[in-house]
Amino acid sequence: MMCTVCGCGTAKVEGKNESHDHPHDHDHGHRHCHGHDHDHDHDHDHDHHHDHDHHHHDDSIDYGGGIAGVHVAGLSQERIVSIEKDILSKNNSYAADNRAQLVKAGVFTLNLMSSPGSGKTTLLVKTIEALKDRFPIVVIEGDQQTSNDADRIRATGVKAIQVNTGKGCHLDAHMVGHVLETLPLAKGGLLFIENVGNLVCPAAFDLGEAHKVTVLSVTEGEDKPLKYPDMFAASDLMLLNKADLLPHLDFDKNACLVNALRVNPKLQTMVVSAKTGEGLDAFLDWIAARAAACAQAAE
Amino acid sequence: MHEMSLVESVIDLIKDQARKDGFRKVSIVRLAVGELSSTLPDALLFCFEAVSRGTIAEGAVLEIVTVPGQGWCMDCTKTVPLSERFGACPECGNYHVQMTSGDDLRLSELEVE
Repeated sequence: MMCTVCGCGTAKVEGKNESHDHPHDHDHGHRHCHGHDHDHDHDHDHDHHHDHDHHHHDDSIDYGGGIAGVHVAGLSQERIVSIEKDILSKNNSYAADNRAQLVKAGVFTLNLMSSPGSGKTTLLVKTIEALKDRFPIVVIEGDQQTSNDADRIRATGVKAIQVNTGKGCHLDAHMVGHVLETLPLAKGGLLFIENVGNLVCPAAFDLGEAHKVTVLSVTEGEDKPLKYPDMFAASDLMLLNKADLLPHLDFDKNACLVNALRVNPKLQTMVVSAKTGEGLDAFLDWIAARAAACAQAAE
Repeated sequence: MHEMSLVESVIDLIKDQARKDGFRKVSIVRLAVGELSSTLPDALLFCFEAVSRGTIAEGAVLEIVTVPGQGWCMDCTKTVPLSERFGACPECGNYHVQMTSGDDLRLSELEVE
């Protein structure tokens, strides 16, 4: 049972200054954490440091010490503010704004994610070349540094905005929202957001896309979906890229697909090669059908 | 390091709350972080110190309450502990477990002045 007072029950606390793993008894109705006053009525000065065992270690800083090192019951100005908000709630609200804007505009948006070197940009270039005569296309490129990828996309003739995240390992909805202010959003168009090459962090950050698509290449391990499950769980489609290399590798394609489906039974999977074009038609059809529905819904 | 952005989001939430609530100093920041949330408590602590500098949360203690992973095993029809997000049921070994808790990433409460 988790303690409803301070949440400590079976949970572990990894605080900086104190060891909060006190095996205290929850029956007593006061908070015995930290330097604030108590609502129970003792007629003695119940200085915490001595009343009960807080499992001090020599290197821990005073467990009950107030800001000024004093602790007088009833005189502390400290109080508890309950927040209970998802840490990602800000990102999620920006993402909801982006999504509403894109849905209203009838722009079908994909958030492409992968580890670095999966062939994501090549795949995107091939996809754009195949679709650019049928759809207005814009691309947001996320990388820590350089505009190399945006340059590759621009070479196809479509508009690409490079977002350098600097220290960041992923795009967030706020960055994308700013880019949307400047982008031409044509009804029936496509927006590809190529996320920073990283199989971990981008999974947690909704950008407002219609679908997350994970690109995995056969030169990576078939256990990638198990090692980095969040990404595969968050995605609607997985593209297994570089299929042209399969004859030269020990990669077990079926094991990889089974692993991906274990993490996400609803995941759609396609085996493709951006280089030879193998399997790409299925992806193009997948996009075209959804883009049409998206444009229709905006009418 | 997405812990860095998570901590930045925490600081943003604290600033919002301070504007609403009028407190001027934060002494303790309590987070609930699920065991299955792919977030490293140590990295959060490290980032918090860096990101809180110069903000209302500077000098505050970051307390991380780890929420254990749990799931509902459809085969055993009961709640079982889960140490990996998409792991097997520790009792029957099948993968028919739906996570029910442990992916929390929540700012629970603040102690403020």
